[in-house]
Amino acid sequence: MNARLTNRIATGIIVFCALVMTAILAAMLGYILINGLKDISWHFLTSDSSSFEAGGGIKNQLWNSFYVLIITMIISVPLGVSGGIYLAEYAKPSKWTAFIRSCVEVLASLPSIVVGMFGLLVFVNFFGWGFSILSGALALTVFNLPVIVRVSEDALRSVDVEQKEASLALGITKWHTIKTVLLPAAFPGILTGVILAAGRVFGESAALLFTAGLSSPNLDFTNWNPTSQHSPLNMFRSAETLSVHIWDVNSVGIIPDVHQVASGSSAVLVIVVLLFNLIARGLGSLIQKRIAGKQ
Amino acid sequence: MSINLKDRGSINDFQSTSASDRMLKQQSKKDGLFAKKSELRGKIFIYSSAIFILAATVAITIFLTEKGLQSFFVSKLNVFYFLTQTNWTPDKNHFGALIFIIGSFTVTFLSAIIAAPIGVGSAIFMVEIAKKWGQKFLQPVIEILVGIPSVVYGFIGLTIIVPFIGKHTGTLGYGFLASAIVVGSMILPTVTSLAADALKAIPEDMKNASYALGATRWQTISRVVIPAALPSLLTAVVLGMARAFGEALAVQMVIGNSKVLTHTLVHPTATLTTIITLSMGHTTDGSTLNNALWSLGLVLLAMSYIFIILIRFLSTRRKLG
Repeated sequence: MNARLTNRIATGIIVFCALVMTAILAAMLGYILINGLKDISWHFLTSDSSSFEAGGGIKNQLWNSFYVLIITMIISVPLGVSGGIYLAEYAKPSKWTAFIRSCVEVLASLPSIVVGMFGLLVFVNFFGWGFSILSGALALTVFNLPVIVRVSEDALRSVDVEQKEASLALGITKWHTIKTVLLPAAFPGILTGVILAAGRVFGESAALLFTAGLSSPNLDFTNWNPTSQHSPLNMFRSAETLSVHIWDVNSVGIIPDVHQVASGSSAVLVIVVLLFNLIARGLGSLIQKRIAGKQ
Repeated sequence: MSINLKDRGSINDFQSTSASDRMLKQQSKKDGLFAKKSELRGKIFIYSSAIFILAATVAITIFLTEKGLQSFFVSKLNVFYFLTQTNWTPDKNHFGALIFIIGSFTVTFLSAIIAAPIGVGSAIFMVEIAKKWGQKFLQPVIEILVGIPSVVYGFIGLTIIVPFIGKHTGTLGYGFLASAIVVGSMILPTVTSLAADALKAIPEDMKNASYALGATRWQTISRVVIPAALPSLLTAVVLGMARAFGEALAVQMVIGNSKVLTHTLVHPTATLTTIITLSMGHTTDGSTLNNALWSLGLVLLAMSYIFIILIRFLSTRRKLG
């Protein structure tokens, strides 16, 4: 009887834990989305931000976030996927491999502000790129690389050994096997992981504080000359991203409508991250089905 | 014998002299050459990526260490004073960083105290109690929440939690309590999702054996599942703590940012990350304050190495178990 009673009490506590967690997370998402949606308007999304007046928008910050994200992905995906290929296919169990594995682990566990400080030291000051999109994207590459490496390694390892062996048995070389057999088979997994990582990069702020800067010139979207200071494509201009903007208006900004701007920006940020997640899951399983259907 | 061999050879030669065979042979020669080149190219690309990862890690460690030690070698600050005193007044050249170190550890432990029981409890709920919808519905939702940006947590802390604490304690509401709640909820999805993976890795047979002996569900969970998964569960909590220790902006928004050591949970104070966040932009490169901030960064770097060593230790325990 005693054991049964303990069982009931313990079950109750566990259910309570789950309820608390669900409540916290639901309340948070609900607050952000319900409160923030009413602050989002077409005007908010398409006008320049203001540093002291009410009524500023987030057009430039939104663009900067996507631009930094794209540059980060262009650099980190090829590097990360080949790092994953190295660990899954080329690395032999040795001290050297263990060392590289530790490096990935160290990179993954670095606090993002430390990554930002490294970016400040090397990209901003040493290379002299200043607070710029390029410095920010390179700092985020450091932050993103270990995630992509892990995702690719896991995806490659989950491919059937038979598939690989069949290809090698046909006399196809290792690299060709990786290119034509392993990578296509691992593609859905890698894609899902990359999109999820993109969501993480999109929301990252601490690493960008000292690398992409706290301000953004007002962008002129008719000027596509990459060397012009007001061009959206210029990689050497400072670029405040959306998540940095949220921190900025709350902590150091002096605009009177802080709450509206911050809650609207948070809602946009959360919606984009949620979209990335849903797309990642949807696309991953869709491609998986396509591949399975063909066989 | 020898004639036989010769014969066989000549037969083979004869067979491969048909036009299509010769073409195939040539083709494969060409392919072989081409494949060798592309094989080499692929290998070079893959290896250089691996070396890049290695170089990045080594560069970060060396550069930040070198820069972080300058306050002791160039600005001649006392290491002992830096690590054991709580007086941080850069104007008077006092650089005692202990307040920030204590602040970081306090936030980390308090948020782990909030996140660990709720996270592990929820993971048990998902894996052992509500298996079907727990894993089909709850787990994906939690994994999505892992990706919610930390500034969003900070913003909610600033607009809801800080005023709430302020109203009930008669203070401004900034401080350890607000930070711990914000960071605790931030690492909660991470801890839950990792703990759920740890519990799932326990073989069904072990649980079934326990149930077959007539054990209740709680007896099975507390005496079979949790002990078997303990190293992995601890790893989940340590990973959450590592994230809490390094979190900057969310904490900065709710901790109040005063450079005073506080003995209460509801008065403004600071951590390593928050002081770096706030002061770094206002210092000139090479000044004593600037160097001292880089030393704080070095403390953060050292702590993240310590967390890795801790996780390594836990994973060797897992293998032994």
